[in-house]
Amino acid sequence: MYPPNFDYVAPTSLDEACAALAGADNAKVLSGGMSLIPLMKMRLVRPTTVVDISRIPGLDTITDEGDHIRIGAMVRHAQTASDPLVREHATALAEAAAATADAQVRNQGTTCGSIAHADVAADQPAAVLALGASMVAASSRGEREIPASDFFVDTLTSALESDEILTAIKVPKGGTSVYRKLGRRGGEADYPIAAAAVWVDAGNGSVSDARIAVTGVSSKPYLAAAAADAIRGSDGGAAAIDEAAGHATDDVIVLEDLYATVDYRTHLAEVYVKRALEAALA
Amino acid sequence: MTTSTSVMGGIVRRKEDPSLIQGKGTYVDDVKRAGELAAVFVRSPFAAAKINSIDVSAALELEGVHAVYTADDVRHLGPNPAQVAVGTLRPLLADGAVKHVGEAVAMVVADSRYIAQDGADLVFVDYEPGDAVIDLKEAHADKVQVHEGESNTLLTWAGNAWWEGVIDLPDPSPEIQAAKERDDTVTVSLEMVNQRLIPTAIEPRAVLADWRGGYESVELWSSSQIPHAVAGAVAGVFGIPSNKVRVIAPEVGGGFGLKLNVYPDEILVCFASKQLGRPVRWTETRREAGFASIQGRGWVGTATMTGTKDGKILGYELEAICDMGAYTHNFTVAIPLLGLFVAPGQYDIPTSYALHCVMTNTPTTDAYRGAGRPEAAYYLERIIDDFAREIGMDPADVRKANYWKPEDFPVTTAIGLTMDSGDYATNLDALLDRVDYEGLKAKRDAARAEGRLLGLGLSTYVEVCGFGPSALAGLGFSWAGYGLPTAFNGSGVVRVQPDGTCTVTIGTGPSGQGHETTWAQIVSDGLGIPMENIEVQHGDSLDSPMGVGTFGSRSLAVDGTATYEATGRVREKAAKIAGHLLEAAEQDIQFADGGAHVAGSPDRAVTWGQIAEAAYQPHTLPEGMEGGLESSVVFSPPNATWPFGSHLALVEVDPDTGDVKLLEYWATDDCGNVINPMIVDGQVHGGIAQGIAQALFEEAIYDDMGNLLTASLADYPLPDAASLPSFSLDRTVTPTDVNPLGVKGIGEAGTIGSAQTIVNAVVDAVSHLGVRHIDMPLRPKRVWQAIEDAKE
Amino acid sequence: MVKSENGSGFMSHRTEDVVLEVSITVNGTAHRSQVEPRTLLVHHLRENLGLTGTHVGCDTGYCGACTVIVDGRAVKSCSMLAVQADGAEVRTVEGVADGDELHPVQEGFWECHGLQCGFCTPGMIMSSVALLESNPDPSEEEIRHGIEGNLCRCTGYHNIVKSVQFAGARMRGEEVSS
Ligand SMILES: Cc1cc2nc3c(=O)[nH]c(=O)nc-3n(C[C@H](O)[C@H](O)[C@H](O)COP(=O)(O)OP(=O)(O)OC[C@H]3O[C@@H](n4cnc5c(N)ncnc54)[C@H](O)[C@@H]3O)c2cc1C
Ligand code: FES
Ligand code: FES
Repeated sequence: MYPPNFDYVAPTSLDEACAALAGADNAKVLSGGMSLIPLMKMRLVRPTTVVDISRIPGLDTITDEGDHIRIGAMVRHAQTASDPLVREHATALAEAAAATADAQVRNQGTTCGSIAHADVAADQPAAVLALGASMVAASSRGEREIPASDFFVDTLTSALESDEILTAIKVPKGGTSVYRKLGRRGGEADYPIAAAAVWVDAGNGSVSDARIAVTGVSSKPYLAAAAADAIRGSDGGAAAIDEAAGHATDDVIVLEDLYATVDYRTHLAEVYVKRALEAALA
Repeated sequence: MTTSTSVMGGIVRRKEDPSLIQGKGTYVDDVKRAGELAAVFVRSPFAAAKINSIDVSAALELEGVHAVYTADDVRHLGPNPAQVAVGTLRPLLADGAVKHVGEAVAMVVADSRYIAQDGADLVFVDYEPGDAVIDLKEAHADKVQVHEGESNTLLTWAGNAWWEGVIDLPDPSPEIQAAKERDDTVTVSLEMVNQRLIPTAIEPRAVLADWRGGYESVELWSSSQIPHAVAGAVAGVFGIPSNKVRVIAPEVGGGFGLKLNVYPDEILVCFASKQLGRPVRWTETRREAGFASIQGRGWVGTATMTGTKDGKILGYELEAICDMGAYTHNFTVAIPLLGLFVAPGQYDIPTSYALHCVMTNTPTTDAYRGAGRPEAAYYLERIIDDFAREIGMDPADVRKANYWKPEDFPVTTAIGLTMDSGDYATNLDALLDRVDYEGLKAKRDAARAEGRLLGLGLSTYVEVCGFGPSALAGLGFSWAGYGLPTAFNGSGVVRVQPDGTCTVTIGTGPSGQGHETTWAQIVSDGLGIPMENIEVQHGDSLDSPMGVGTFGSRSLAVDGTATYEATGRVREKAAKIAGHLLEAAEQDIQFADGGAHVAGSPDRAVTWGQIAEAAYQPHTLPEGMEGGLESSVVFSPPNATWPFGSHLALVEVDPDTGDVKLLEYWATDDCGNVINPMIVDGQVHGGIAQGIAQALFEEAIYDDMGNLLTASLADYPLPDAASLPSFSLDRTVTPTDVNPLGVKGIGEAGTIGSAQTIVNAVVDAVSHLGVRHIDMPLRPKRVWQAIEDAKE
Repeated sequence: MVKSENGSGFMSHRTEDVVLEVSITVNGTAHRSQVEPRTLLVHHLRENLGLTGTHVGCDTGYCGACTVIVDGRAVKSCSMLAVQADGAEVRTVEGVADGDELHPVQEGFWECHGLQCGFCTPGMIMSSVALLESNPDPSEEEIRHGIEGNLCRCTGYHNIVKSVQFAGARMRGEEVSS
């Protein structure tokens, strides 16, 4: 468990970092390293250059930008979990960050790193999907914004190009959001076997808008559109929630692994969509 | 023992802790030697394959790589030695074929671990994959043979086979058969898996060898529970006398049986050091621990119980296939035998059994905490619960109706062994009264009425440990297989130094059990020398007395007794010297407050320093007395010891997800007399946690190709602090008479009692839904599936 | 016949000339060292600086035996490169005591039998120190969650929880008995 060698750069500006990425083949961004370094130790990933973005000033903050909040690339899970702005305006993301891994990993791993890594079972991607966030990607070719709904492409594959850095995520304010999971060790511990994040805009006995995201269930975290359609415009009551939960895995291929069969995981997706909706609409 | 200080039986903070809590402990990987090199192994990706060729040239060209060894280099050393050498032993490096994924094929030695790993990446092995057999039943049917031409079934422990010529046991089968045919009896039967586990001491194994040319001797640091046995094995392999091999086991970061083995890497680093003339180290990675160290459990079996409808058990049958893995190690085939020793548990019941020891293309199994006994207790205590449910009786009542009674002791069990002492009903009642069993049942029932799934699970157990009688050597329980003809005796040397402080040197060393403290308590109690003036040394095969090691909950009962006896002899001699110095009769000498005085006149006193000073200046001693003040004792107990206990758990199952929450856990154990209650409780806590781990979390999972899918801690989920509750402990005390301390052993008890306690509780929570059994680990998916299946 | 490579067959991207200089302050002492970029912080501490109190128990960041405090945050030093810690202040188990005076967390572990083999203990102590620094009066549940990134195979955590409670009480200046 000793990584192969590589070149290491720790630029102090975003431009330098972009240049370093553009100039090397098989370069990797290093933020918290909580996924990248274990993979390198197992020699499953062998970058020739590692670009450590932790020394670029200004990336480690969460800021209020009026209609949205902005979470910089070096914001750690622990910061996301406890930040008052995130807890108020992006509750599901705060909950997902708090439910990620353990204290030490939350101290070191970053929210943006988790999203860029695009693990099938990562917690926070579900939250950014449900919250309708957008991802800010920078490269020496310029900056672009990618909506969360377009960001997760496949297992460990995001919409980022290999020379792009996810510099921040922008989460719109408004509505109510919740994250609920069953972890691999039971309770919330460890990666989810299945989990759901929901965002609703509801009041006066009706749900005017909703987004429902599921993680740990299919080859990527996804928006369960049919489930959201079922709750949107409804009274948010038990029947509507059940109806929505029943659509949790529409149109996706449910994965089987050590922790769940297809039937069980399909069922769990429904249970957690239901639990998250119940909490959000309570 | 006349107690002159009160440290025995008292809570004493551990002597070993100040070093460990400051990061000053020395584990093998902490030892540094000038000029040392590091080794990394190249391991097989196949479960069964022929090796056509190995190309090491690219690795050797890498700067910093010193050597790459393969079977060609080490074949002359023979296979990895084992104690109970039944079946095929492991070659030091795969020789022409591999038999499991992860088998070591080549060893790369380089300037650093990083470079050794770079080198390992450049070793190319040309494999020709063949058929592997992973499934135990298929292996038992010999569908594919692990070793061509050899049946996979190495032997079957059944009937009188093992006792042939030792004891003549009546065959219980006709009696059991007759009971089954009676109208007033009920027979229940369950097939159950006791899954394979990866022991996972948090310290991975580590070795460091320094071969001293000229002397042709070797110093081997190894994270081992059995340094003497390793020394014997190394001496045997290299054809040098055992006094040329110093094996040092310094701090050992947990053992649990996995470090109770002689491993090829221990031999190979010695070989490499000899060849290269430099110290060579290897430290296991966590992933490698799934291949390079032994695993535990791995039984598929059927338990059948017959009894009357009012709870009298008339027969118990156990048949199981036990996974040995691809090669045998230290005790591999003897582990099921240890289970057999306690197959009938605490009950006076006719018992028949057949345990098939079967090879598969997987890593070797051997002793893991409890070693055979948790498996045996699991089958028995699961089926007795099933039987109780079938006849509608409380599981506690069924147990009590079949226990041996205190007046029956010493009991000869259905397996023909003699149990020392036990008071099982009192122990169980102590637990049930303490927890208000009836109240708990009412609470469970009330919750169930609200649709919540609460379950209560009970298990009682008896363990056999404290090995062991010297005579067991004839049955393979010795180190003779390592060229070290020694039975499982205990040894202890107690020496009072010339300044009146004391050193105790023992043949067994801790891997967390606190020997330094407990042993110091024994000696302090016997001599009246304060704890802080007693140093306990261990873990050096040359400096420690000839010892056997720490396993099978044996250290205190056997080696502790040796030390106790040595203490008594030192005390006798000291009394003579003190009498001489004080001009008093030896019988009038009493020891207290760091010295000796004449009974009734406390000011006629000498200190231990003065006694020792005299002892080391023989001209001041009584005529004819030898100088020195030390004693060395080898102790062989007349029997093993038989601790027992009762465990109870309360769980809640989430009906929607199958997630099990362990709400409360209670245990009342009986390990005879207790020297340090704090340490004993600690052993029970850890033991219970490992049983819960088996019940709820852990499993070594192989795919059909023999790949271990759970080699990393990411996929082999050890329980963490948040997944366990605090435990509520108590004990009863039923001393043994097989040793003068009256102590039995507590290292494994918690593990033996706990896995089935949890399973019984979970099954209790869902039994009204029609679930009879769920195989471990009770991960949410299994529990949910069982509830679903019961709906059909 | 299948030709299968045992090793990945990858030649490590050798960059011997790219040995970097790092300055890391460990337990108050500044160390300037040359390291390969791939050197893990835990190996740097153990092998280059001789601080072997920090242990390695796994490959995947799960066991926490390697926990140290970097710039005030408890992290797993097996999953961090030494170069990432350039310029940082690192606290290890060797540095928590105040001279001869044990840290209350160390006292707690000793007093409450919070360790058996002691291998997980340095990491456990560092996590507990960090926990109590951020939450001086944690509930049992908060303690259990606070140390869930540290695995112990010996104690079942029962006495570890007590040790942290003992330490917390002592740090809050309360009377404690074990
Ligand atoms: C013990 C343990 C338990 C864990 N448990 C969980 C869990 O329960 N739930 C969960 O969701 N996760 C879990 N994780 C993963 C953890 O959340 C990681 O922190 C996260 O996945 C990656 O974030 P990071 O900042 O560490 O990224 P890194 O490891 O630095 O990078 C991960 C990948 O993303 C890329 N990358 C990182 N940052 C950027 C960026 N800004 N722009 C472009 N690319 C980037 C890297 O190149 C790399 O490919 C666990 C990890 C560990 C070690
Ligand atoms: S060694 Fe760092 S988490 Fe296990
Ligand atoms: S004390 Fe041994 S692992 Fe914790």
